[in-house]
Amino acid sequence: MDAVLEPQQTRIGRRVVLGMLAAGAVGIVFGGRLTSTVSDLAAPLTGDGFRIYSVAGYSPATPPAEYALAVGGLATNSLRLTYADLQAMPSTTLTRDFQCVTGWRVAGVRWTGVALRDVLDRAGVAPAAKAVTFRSSDRVYTESLTLDQARRDDVLVAYEMQGAPITDRHGGPVRLLVAPMYGYKSLKWLSHIDLVDAVEPGYWEQEGYDVDAWVGSSNGRQDAPTS
Amino acid sequence: MRPPPDAPPDADRGAPSELIRFDAGERTVHWTTAALTLVSFATAAALFIGPVAAAVGRRDDVRWVHVTAGLLLPVPFAVGLLLAFTRGGLLRSDLRRLDRWSEAERRWLRMEPDAGVRLDKFNPGQKLNAAFTAGAILLLLASGAVMHWFGHFPLAWRAGASVVHDLTAAALTVTLAGHVLMALTHPASLRSMLGGRVSEAWARREAPRWLDEERGPGGGTVTPDALRRGRP
Repeated sequence: MDAVLEPQQTRIGRRVVLGMLAAGAVGIVFGGRLTSTVSDLAAPLTGDGFRIYSVAGYSPATPPAEYALAVGGLATNSLRLTYADLQAMPSTTLTRDFQCVTGWRVAGVRWTGVALRDVLDRAGVAPAAKAVTFRSSDRVYTESLTLDQARRDDVLVAYEMQGAPITDRHGGPVRLLVAPMYGYKSLKWLSHIDLVDAVEPGYWEQEGYDVDAWVGSSNGRQDAPTS
Repeated sequence: MRPPPDAPPDADRGAPSELIRFDAGERTVHWTTAALTLVSFATAAALFIGPVAAAVGRRDDVRWVHVTAGLLLPVPFAVGLLLAFTRGGLLRSDLRRLDRWSEAERRWLRMEPDAGVRLDKFNPGQKLNAAFTAGAILLLLASGAVMHWFGHFPLAWRAGASVVHDLTAAALTVTLAGHVLMALTHPASLRSMLGGRVSEAWARREAPRWLDEERGPGGGTVTPDALRRGRP
């Protein structure tokens, strides 16, 4: 009996669903530029503002006492640094905004660690070395920097965040912080540093992100520089 | 279903004056979807709300449960609809009712005082809620799929998908809270989603047009007064 539309009946239900899907499609394609607004709105819920995009099936959890950082490759003096070794080295503290390439930004994050430059110097950079690669103890994630980038003052092997030891969730006990670049450069759960002769695109860079990931002048984004 | 002995005397209670509002298939679809929704929201809280995430931990397991529950969310409805088509059931005709609006129903929703509507099985607010919920589930599925299988899409889409997923989930939280509140404040409606039946008196008050369809005009104990009173 109701197989046929009665006069004046309108299929509003279908219209609502299709309208929502159309708006959603526009949102998926173009909504990326709203991420900072949404993350500001959600800040009371998300807590520290960081979003986690783990690529491995699990998040490593290494107690500081068991932590070791291997530094090798084109090094004259390959090293194995413990957490205590790192803490014994001269430390640097930086406060910088943390900008994700997906749009969210966390203002004024305080990081403490050892300048990557100092770690490299301690391992002795062989003349053939032109770049540095990084590996994570999640066994999946990788990153790299040119030697010049790696020698900047604002690139740290970090072990403190916001005045406390870095938690597992944030890549602790030791992670990389590449302050002037998008967050994907700041590899979490740092386990290996290798001096190499050429930059190797890291995990996200093989998916299409820029290898030189300067905040505000890469990946087609116009964020304010972070460092 | 017989009235309990201590029930107040009411001519409208008892099998002959009851109507099936939701059949067993519809109720199964509703409650399995509700359970999956609850799991999705609980795991979403453990992924998204900082303090809850910190307390729960095990992020990768939580994410797996969230993604699995989300992917299963449309399954009860799809199976229910398939069964309704092959074996019969109210889901198919109810879906059609929810989709279609008369001019008068549109006026009712706009709260025009002289809307002059005789309400169907579902009132326009329920129709709008059903359409919105369906749309929201599809949006969450689509945006969630882009977030989960981001490698197959342009990278910018992942950021857009997070925005869509967040905003849709926020809106759905509000409408679902309203849905639960309405159910708790309308016990007869809630009972019909539990046991399937409503009394004829309820139908006369809330869904007179549907009652006519079921009983035939004047076939029930419909008074002209009840007919005029489209809205409680």
